[in-house]
Amino acid sequence: MKVSFGKERRTALTIGDRVFTVANYLFLFAILVIVAYPILYVTSASFSSPYAVSSGKMWIFPVDFNLRGYTAVFKNRQILRSFLNSVMITAAGTGLNIVLTIMAAYPLSRKTFYGRGVFTGIMAFTMFFSGGMVPTFLLIRDLHLYDSMWALILPGAVGVSNVIIARTYFQTSIPEELYEAGQLDGCSEAGFLLRIVLPLSVPIIAVLVMYYAVGHWNSYFNALIYIKDQDKQILQVVLKNILIESQMMEQMMVDVAEYEERQGLSDLLKYSTIVIGSLPMLILYPFVQKHFVKGVMVGAIKG
Amino acid sequence: MQTILNAANGQKAAARRKRTREIIKKLKRNWQLYLIIAVPLAFILVFYYAPMYGVQIAFKNFIATKGIWGSEWVGLKYFKQFLGSYHFPRLMKNTLGISIYALIAGFPIPILLAISINECSNRFIRKTVQFVSYMPHFISVVVMTSVVLMVLSPRTGFINQLIMMLGGETVDFMAKPEYFKSIYVWSGVWQGMGYNSIIYFAALSGIDPALHEAAIVDGATKLKRIWHIDLPGISPTIIILLILNSGKIMNVGFEKVLLMQNSVNMSASDIIATYVYRVGLVEAQYSLSAAVGLFNNIINVILLLSVNWIAGKVSETSLF
Repeated sequence: MKVSFGKERRTALTIGDRVFTVANYLFLFAILVIVAYPILYVTSASFSSPYAVSSGKMWIFPVDFNLRGYTAVFKNRQILRSFLNSVMITAAGTGLNIVLTIMAAYPLSRKTFYGRGVFTGIMAFTMFFSGGMVPTFLLIRDLHLYDSMWALILPGAVGVSNVIIARTYFQTSIPEELYEAGQLDGCSEAGFLLRIVLPLSVPIIAVLVMYYAVGHWNSYFNALIYIKDQDKQILQVVLKNILIESQMMEQMMVDVAEYEERQGLSDLLKYSTIVIGSLPMLILYPFVQKHFVKGVMVGAIKG
Repeated sequence: MQTILNAANGQKAAARRKRTREIIKKLKRNWQLYLIIAVPLAFILVFYYAPMYGVQIAFKNFIATKGIWGSEWVGLKYFKQFLGSYHFPRLMKNTLGISIYALIAGFPIPILLAISINECSNRFIRKTVQFVSYMPHFISVVVMTSVVLMVLSPRTGFINQLIMMLGGETVDFMAKPEYFKSIYVWSGVWQGMGYNSIIYFAALSGIDPALHEAAIVDGATKLKRIWHIDLPGISPTIIILLILNSGKIMNVGFEKVLLMQNSVNMSASDIIATYVYRVGLVEAQYSLSAAVGLFNNIINVILLLSVNWIAGKVSETSLF
């Protein structure tokens, strides 16, 4: 594609092509506005005064800049508690995910691995058929994982589609000769995996970290059904209680009496909570963005 | 005669012994790999295959104290109960309605976006659009739903403020069942279009630039090149994703529907998956819920296999 740009400039553009180019820019601009505006609006609203937002004075940038929403959110112990729980589960869960995914993908990537078809089949089958919600729930209960943070980490510890992605990456980017050389040197499989394969697999590990971390941070359903103890609850469920069921608003606004102000402040609190809840993943995003295309491409190659 | 047979048998037995020895040798040579894969495999067996064993409660009258194995068999009782219930037509209609709407509205847009980004020769604009449009993918369903609820809120919501400014009547969107599908689908398009375009963008950058150069020399316009080079170039990708998405037609994004559901819009928002949740985990009718879940799962598998089969016949591109 890149080569053709140079050529285009030398050939005179037809009118049709010019119209197309302009229309294309307009389309991209429209997409940009549609996607960016809501994000910008919520962020700006979280820094504005409640009045400015509820009366419609705030359109793009914060009006009457203030941090009232954030101070109220940071004073709320339950949000902080669940934030820390989510950080913990995301970190521990992703760590376990990565270790297990690589342990599954590496043997499957080896052409000399006897029985790899059988193992791949056992894993791939779970992508199409599952026991379903109730049998899984009963299992978690029987394993005494109910109301334990392990219930959020262990059941999804091996993401099968990610195993396939990692396996494909290993197969395509680590030459067979390396294995042979390693075997001649008497290197053990584990040693080879740790010393040769992993250092060569940084891009795919970055993609896997992103997939798993985003999954852990953003999921709420398992915590909703498995966690009862409020002290163990994760952020997304607390966000659901605050944002969707409008719970806890009362205790966050004890010192505000007027109805108008309460209404405005309740929205402000929601905006600040949204920003704080989304921030960790949006911070992670720019770091992994450059690996995106690679990850998606590897995932797209047929197993 | 006897001796010949014996000799033949002996040869067969020897061959079998030899094969067994070879297998044992292969197993021995790979013992470290078996040890490595045993750990993730154990997780898969426990957390994926054990629930499959538990799915038999769909055919049993499950009583917790008797356990999965000890409960009584009741055959297809719960399947009949579900198929005969007045919920069934509504659940099917909503599930299929939402997902087919989502497929028709959501599937072409990422392709358009990818082609559009690919045609944009300004590097800065291209990078900006990509960066911004991928961003919503990182927003959680809870936050996404709450933003939707706030934007559509009857009093303070952005949309209603706009309607009021233009002199119209405010609308309580979430209380109207007729708006539910569109809200669900278009908020999903907003969140997913950028991220879903990556795969097409990747496929587009894999197209041989020589094709474009030749077409330019022949005087093909941009639109013609998109139609005759880009689209055919990414059609295998499009077909594979179409197969995957069609196979998921009975799997609506259940987490979001559950959050958007309220007592007023139930008639449009009740889908099979939320029914499985409500019956199974809220009302604790385990067997009925498991039966409905299994029913849904089997339809999914049949759908995936048939779409895959059709695609294989029509275009020679298929998953397996």
